[in-house]
Amino acid sequence: MTLWQIILAASIAVLAIKLLGYLVPPRVLEKPAAARTAELVTVALLSALIVVQTVGAGQGLVLDARLPAIGVAAGLFALRVPFILVIVAAAATAAALRALGWAA
Amino acid sequence: MVDVPLDETAARKEALKASVAVGLAVAAYGVSFGALAVASGLTVWQACVLSLVMFSGGSQFALIGVIAAGGVAAGPAAIAGATLLGLRNGLYAIRVSPIVGPGFAKRVVAGHLTIDESTAVATAQAVPSAQRVGFWATGIIIYVGWNLMTLAGALLGNLLGDVSAFGLDAAAAAAFLGLLWPRLKSLQPVAVAVGAAVVAVVLIPMVPPGVPVLAAALVGVVAGLAAARRDRA
Repeated sequence: MTLWQIILAASIAVLAIKLLGYLVPPRVLEKPAAARTAELVTVALLSALIVVQTVGAGQGLVLDARLPAIGVAAGLFALRVPFILVIVAAAATAAALRALGWAA
Repeated sequence: MVDVPLDETAARKEALKASVAVGLAVAAYGVSFGALAVASGLTVWQACVLSLVMFSGGSQFALIGVIAAGGVAAGPAAIAGATLLGLRNGLYAIRVSPIVGPGFAKRVVAGHLTIDESTAVATAQAVPSAQRVGFWATGIIIYVGWNLMTLAGALLGNLLGDVSAFGLDAAAAAAFLGLLWPRLKSLQPVAVAVGAAVVAVVLIPMVPPGVPVLAAALVGVVAGLAAARRDRA
């Protein structure tokens, strides 16, 4: 599998899901079980992605500047700081810790 | 002259304001996607195709994250992860479908623009005409902005080289947290989030990149089915 094939296959799949949603009658959402399971799958995926993106390094676990950065982000989200400012603050935290040599 | 109630005009104006605020903030964030994408081994064009065709930030970051960790060998897991994370867009599509209304071409374009933000702004409006304004304005602003900023970020990433010096890897983690945060409104999603995180940490050293995320998704499936059973009982 080439990188282009991966990109095109995933892109078409994600786009197809969006389009398929328009073929489904809205009353399907009145069945709460399916909607709730889909919501919980999204929660599980996002949580796992946070973990992988924060402490993952290939097939290993690494504690570095990303961990304090995500801590800062969590604190700011709790304070209802706007999305884009939190992202910038998280990046700045990791960048500063690395520039100071306090974290890898 | 068509008689439009004054408060409806005001509602449409409010929807447009919300669209611009949300749209510009999210679009700006496309820079970090472009830069991280080239750092993960994609070309500038590959980064741009993802933003043009896939056009779903979470899925795009999920895909390049797996590629960065596992390379082309992790392709199937990368595709599966991006696709699963894109399932929520299908739910959004069902929800905004009545707002968009009939017309094949219109619905195809709307489908492409159906993401977290366009759905959120649209469904937050009370009046149907304001819902339409919210959906289309948010979707179009983000589509144009996200793609321009992806290109800028990819070109910039090529110049910068090491994007971790700018903390862009941490920015991606924070972005996922931003998507997760509003979903943690009750005990059940919090428990699922914790369970999924534990599964991911345990599996990272044991299985190929991309697989921990897929395995963690099962936590959500199991919790959803268990809740449905409880409801029936």
